[in-house]
Amino acid sequence: MRLTVNGEKVEIEGSVSVRQLLVSQKVATPEYVTVQLNEEFLNTADFDSTMIKEGDRVEFLYFMGGGQGRNEVQ
Amino acid sequence: MRFSDGQLERYSRQIILKEVGVKGQERILASKILIVGAGGLGAPAAMYLAAAGVGTLGLVDCDKVDLSNLQRQIIHSTRDVGKPKIASGRETIRDLNPDVKVVAYQEWVSAANIADIIKDRDYDFIIDATDNFPAKFLINDASVLLRKAFSHAGIIRFQGQTMTYAPDQGPCYRCVFDSPPPADAVPTCRRAGVLGVMGGIIGTIQATEALKYILGRGELLTGRLLTFDALTMNFRHVSLARREGCQVCGANPTIRELIDYEQAACDM
Repeated sequence: MRLTVNGEKVEIEGSVSVRQLLVSQKVATPEYVTVQLNEEFLNTADFDSTMIKEGDRVEFLYFMGGGQGRNEVQ
Repeated sequence: MRFSDGQLERYSRQIILKEVGVKGQERILASKILIVGAGGLGAPAAMYLAAAGVGTLGLVDCDKVDLSNLQRQIIHSTRDVGKPKIASGRETIRDLNPDVKVVAYQEWVSAANIADIIKDRDYDFIIDATDNFPAKFLINDASVLLRKAFSHAGIIRFQGQTMTYAPDQGPCYRCVFDSPPPADAVPTCRRAGVLGVMGGIIGTIQATEALKYILGRGELLTGRLLTFDALTMNFRHVSLARREGCQVCGANPTIRELIDYEQAACDM
């Protein structure tokens, strides 16, 4: 099955859920990733029950902090 | 408004742009932009906005300049180590462009003060140049509740991302990320590192969005997240839809007051 993950063409075997895709794509912090499936946000609760289909476009969106860089303990 | 000869010369390269012109330059000089965080993202954003002639720049930061900041926070110099960042930032901006009035807030944003800071000068646009998720969610929620446009950004290692929120024009940060990750759950710049130029690239994009918003020109990064990978030099747009069930900007919002989340212990 061919799909697009974060803009890259990916080929996977068999049927997989979004949760399994997170694992097979080696997403570092799967519990804090936002998933968009074909440009729709997916609820975390639906990661197990949502199956990936041929041609799906999947986006993993990651938390990114950075910028200010505080120096002192508040 | 009448420009002085000095102003006409100073801003000539942008007044000549048909998207700016004399009217646009007047708008820029009359504009008020709040920058939360005078660090890796806020430093270049503040300097370019000051150079462009933004009339009022609010700077919020409670921190002092540390030697380890100078690799990326180019608004501060070696002689500024130990000074409050807002004092050092104000001096740099004063040297760069005396047309700019800097309003300095030496504090961390919290649920108790952020609305007052935004309302203080009725800022037109807010730049989230913070390093932590409690502040990012606070800026988002305050902007949504006060109907202000803002630019979100984050940087780490060789990666960056940015999006713009404007009232009634697409999703907010909370549509994308429902709530902050627990403290320590995702890597921070201090632990993971960041190439200094990342703040320059992404912070300058934030400044660009602010100027476009003030000028009413071009297409903002509303409804799209721009991601950048410096190692591959790939810029990507990810289309973002509004989330109907968003806690703050959705159809039935549950967040009507600002929330103080716990700060990530290691980095604050």
